[in-house]
Amino acid sequence: MARARRRSSLPGFSPALGFTLLYLSLVVLIPLAALFWKTSTLSLHDFVATVSSARVLAACRVSFGCALAAALLNAWLGLLVAWVLVRYRFPGRAIADALVDLPFALPTAVAGITLTTLLARNGWIGRVLEPLGIQVAFTPLGITVALIFIGLPFVVRSVQPVLEDLDAELEEAAASLGASRAQTFRRVLLPALAPAVTTGFALAFARGVGEYGSVVFISGNMPMKTEIAPLLIVTKLEQYDYAGATAIAVTLLLVSVALLLAINGLQAWSRAREIG
Amino acid sequence: MRLALTAAALGFLALFLVLPLVTVFVYAFSEGLRVYAAALAEPDARAAVGLTLVTAAFSVPLNTAFGVAAAWAIARFRFPGRSLLVSLIDLPFAISPVVSGLIFVLLFGMQGLFGPWLVEHGVRILFAVPGIVLATLFVTFPFVARELIPLMQEQGSDEELAAVSLGASGWQMFWRVTLPNIRFGLLYGVVLVNARAMGEFGAVSVVSGHVRGLTNTVPLHVEILYNEYHTAAAFSVASLLAGLALVTLVAKQLLEWRIGRKGRAA
Repeated sequence: MARARRRSSLPGFSPALGFTLLYLSLVVLIPLAALFWKTSTLSLHDFVATVSSARVLAACRVSFGCALAAALLNAWLGLLVAWVLVRYRFPGRAIADALVDLPFALPTAVAGITLTTLLARNGWIGRVLEPLGIQVAFTPLGITVALIFIGLPFVVRSVQPVLEDLDAELEEAAASLGASRAQTFRRVLLPALAPAVTTGFALAFARGVGEYGSVVFISGNMPMKTEIAPLLIVTKLEQYDYAGATAIAVTLLLVSVALLLAINGLQAWSRAREIG
Repeated sequence: MRLALTAAALGFLALFLVLPLVTVFVYAFSEGLRVYAAALAEPDARAAVGLTLVTAAFSVPLNTAFGVAAAWAIARFRFPGRSLLVSLIDLPFAISPVVSGLIFVLLFGMQGLFGPWLVEHGVRILFAVPGIVLATLFVTFPFVARELIPLMQEQGSDEELAAVSLGASGWQMFWRVTLPNIRFGLLYGVVLVNARAMGEFGAVSVVSGHVRGLTNTVPLHVEILYNEYHTAAAFSVASLLAGLALVTLVAKQLLEWRIGRKGRAA
């Protein structure tokens, strides 16, 4: 560190880094260490028994399955929205663009009760779907809808800047060389946008797996059917089963960290693409 | 083609974003202005608003101070472990809100690491205001640092080096050069911290204990009203949060325009 300071003549390195490390430790690292401390007190047998119990496996299937479905749909919907916002000019475009961030800004509990109210049997949308035999609220479909809402901005905001930098001339060149619209999309646009779409997909998926507030209201929370993994953690805590809650939490955490690393890798790939 | 795609995208946005937003306000006023006002004036609702403001009053300044310090160290100096530090700062974003709450239960709960000691000394952290503040600090931790690090890296240190070489002290340089340069990015981070601090549900729900009038924040109060079938009251209180979200969006838009770039996915 002495070497680092000599190279820069700017002041304040030691106090800034010192405060950063102290605050990081107090607010994030020490509390997180508690999770691993608790995990270390569990026997491997108990840990495996908890994580592989039928109810936990079912909850994980719901959480991962719905998050995956929502993120896949969001990849396409987000691409569509980003495309329209970047390439077309129409009245109200700036407002539509600003609104894309609504799921980030709206507290998840508000999103949860609103979507549930809309999609319940007597809600504005539920009423229309009911005669068609489609039930959304209190089914995995409802969970997926909530996760589409929560995840949409990730894909749009990942794709938008890449699309803005992408030259429209590239598409014109493809078209003038005789490519059809579908060919241009598949051969020219999709490869250029793939890293950004995949990053957005991964971010939306990671968020969806751990999401709680927007989902608990619409899911109905039936064990084995529509119970999500984060809710199961809460349930176990309420029963003072700290060990069980910790086992599920550590599993979720490890998956999230793996996803975070994958996303960082994707972003590096994305940047390399942009430069290349 | 263009028309069809535009219509599809806007239709989707209208259905998924505009309709829910409208729904909040329609249901809030569904039983008239009197019920709306009564739901907000009720003592439990006022206590919830108070607690939410207290939580934000801790989270915003502390995480802002941290963000500035971290961005200064990371964007202006090279040191071993720098990229690891950046990843660690991002960590709270990757963790489920429920897990963020759980770690504080494991620290301060009765069976927790410090639980017995706290009971002995009569200090309450869990199911009380300190626990709510800590959980909120955790979930809003990365926002300011994440905004400032790329911004300061992009701006470079030429102006600061010039100030120092002309004899400015560290604080003079900070107040007269650094802060004016980063002010919009900083404000942007503050807006994001504030929105999340006031709206956090999962983490706070785990550590709060749900004591009405004492440890309920606004989102938790909305949950209780909704679960007790006070739909109009629930949406009345929720409309405060939806209003906050709209203010956040407008502020975000204005600041992005001033910074001159698009917001990245948080």
